[in-house]
Amino acid sequence: MATAGITPIVMPKWGLEMREGTIAGWLVDEGTRIEVGQPILDVETDKISNAVEAPDPGLLRRRVAKEGETLPVKALLGVLAEPDVSDADIDAYIAAYEVPAAGEGEDEAPAFTWTTVDGIKVRHARRGPETGTPVLFIHGFGGDLGNWLFNLDAIAEGAPVIALDLPGHGQSDPRLPGATLADLAGFVAKFLDAIEVPRVHAVGHSMGGAIAARLALDQPSRVASLVLVNSAGLGGEINAAYIEGFVGATSRRELKPVVEQLFADPSLVTRQLIDELLKYKRLDGVPELLQALSASLFAGGRQAEQPALALEGSGVPLTVVWGEADQVIPAAHARQAPPGAKVKVLPGAGHMSMMEKASDFNALLRGHLAEC
Amino acid sequence: MARKISMKQAINEALDQEMARDPSVIVMGEDIVGGAGGDGERDAWGGVLGVTKGLYARHGDRLLDTPLSESAYVGAAIGAAACGMRPVAELMFVDFMGVCFDQIFNQAAKFKYMFGGKAETPVVIRAMCGAGFRAAAQHSQMLTPLFTHIPGLKVVCPSTPYDTKGLLIQSIRDNDPVIFLEHKNLYGFEGEVPEASYAIPFGEANVVRDGKHATIVTYGLMVHRALDAAATLAKEGVELEVIDLRTLSPLDLDTVLESVEKTGRLVCVDEANPRCSIACDISAQVVQQAFKALKGPIEMVTAPHTPVPFSPVLEDLYIPSAAQIVAAVKRTMAGGRQ
Repeated sequence: MATAGITPIVMPKWGLEMREGTIAGWLVDEGTRIEVGQPILDVETDKISNAVEAPDPGLLRRRVAKEGETLPVKALLGVLAEPDVSDADIDAYIAAYEVPAAGEGEDEAPAFTWTTVDGIKVRHARRGPETGTPVLFIHGFGGDLGNWLFNLDAIAEGAPVIALDLPGHGQSDPRLPGATLADLAGFVAKFLDAIEVPRVHAVGHSMGGAIAARLALDQPSRVASLVLVNSAGLGGEINAAYIEGFVGATSRRELKPVVEQLFADPSLVTRQLIDELLKYKRLDGVPELLQALSASLFAGGRQAEQPALALEGSGVPLTVVWGEADQVIPAAHARQAPPGAKVKVLPGAGHMSMMEKASDFNALLRGHLAEC
Repeated sequence: MARKISMKQAINEALDQEMARDPSVIVMGEDIVGGAGGDGERDAWGGVLGVTKGLYARHGDRLLDTPLSESAYVGAAIGAAACGMRPVAELMFVDFMGVCFDQIFNQAAKFKYMFGGKAETPVVIRAMCGAGFRAAAQHSQMLTPLFTHIPGLKVVCPSTPYDTKGLLIQSIRDNDPVIFLEHKNLYGFEGEVPEASYAIPFGEANVVRDGKHATIVTYGLMVHRALDAAATLAKEGVELEVIDLRTLSPLDLDTVLESVEKTGRLVCVDEANPRCSIACDISAQVVQQAFKALKGPIEMVTAPHTPVPFSPVLEDLYIPSAAQIVAAVKRTMAGGRQ
């Protein structure tokens, strides 16, 4: 496929289950000079929509994919080439382009592993280089490691990444080791023992942020640095209606308006996303454990603990990222971060800022890791 | 942990997990253990297609091989349910329900109503349904409309292993009589199913494909035919929304209406015979409640008004096909307003 001077832009693979994407619209015109990381077109998958970021710099000569088209992963979306490449060469390149066969085996076989910790089976994913301090991703209340689908592969290009389904979440066993932050942080430490990882950069979203902060306080030697994303543990307020709605919803119709509160743009919530959440919530034991967690951590619309506030003076490098339009935990909590923390509030993002503004988030996380 | 299992395994797993969870769950039927029950051969059969195989070893005499008399053991199951057990009675084929209509229609379905809401009848009656198995007219019918017609019965007909496990667990936990119909041509169909137990509530249709040009409403095996038709039409730029009703009673009409309000066109697909079918019922209710949303005539694709033929050639023609669904979509798209 290598043709002198021509760089293809192809359909990315977001998460393990993505097979194809639909072009929602181009964000740049032909003739635009593109920089690495610049959002160039919007793609919808059956899970969520997101912007494709340019993996290479160059002059956009051709928009091959048309709006509304559904194309497989690695299909040709556009062509970058300098002005000295002729249109005929570009036409020939497009005509000759073949979508590489879906990577059977290449990145699918060892997608997830299960490790038993204290009798609870934990699903986790591990990618990236063999060496270096791994980046551990901890999702929030009712979430799973799929919440990081736009981040894991991007970060794994430069550092080893580990993401887990917390006990009682995702495809880990539907049981809890206890319902306090200390119980969950202790469990995460035992999980790291079980997979023989002594020390991590911990990235926690929402409740996962509070767990990461608790872990840094309880076992400082394990946490090289912290990134807290729309995090619990930095203040008292939390949207009680969201928590109650999420715990109580038993049907698609009830759950959809609740989940829409997670995003600045509610149209990002697809039927698939709701269906997968319902499949999780319908497992025996899950409604009860969500109830137990919310009663322990968020009773009466207040967060019971603020471990991240106690990080002051701990010396742990800390970055705090927030979506400005967060409807679950107010973005104002970002201002309460301990002195010395790097704080970034992203406009146009809600509670799931790492999904909604994935490119900005990934850049911040890369910057944080580079400084640690 | 999700892994792929067949619909047959999903039924077995649901029965196994519910028997382990609740000692009042018992399973009764013909040959579900070992048929004649000679010593050492008690687990030889596991039902006519092996669905209950292995359960006797784990749950022992809570699996009851019954005499070849549906009227007797279905009556016994209903009586046991009225007295606090949660029996799952298996009839080999839904076609045999006829010999126990009084027990089902006049007794089980009416206890709660006639005893002032004080009587519960948590019985599940499972049976294979549907054509395409070369089993002739008396073993191939799709009788969903008969049971859906009777107030007091809940009627389930799943299309995937995931739904089968969750809906069977819900059927067992439900306090009303449930008719649970399993399409025999889907027994080998595999899909992702969590190992853990879960229940899918009744009365929630599943939108298995989003589309904007026309809505297909169906259930059971026909869901797969509808998806085949949708894949064909997608190549022509026609996007079908495919709704799997999953439970016929209670019925999730809201999801159907929402979809028709979006697409304006409806094709009801039903493997049952056409008169008084699920397709007729959905069509009538949509006309009544969403007439203004309709841009064209409602189409129905059903089996013909004949018994299921024994001739393989004729049987294949009898079952609604993806090609017939495509043709019906084109008819409704061509008619009416644009």
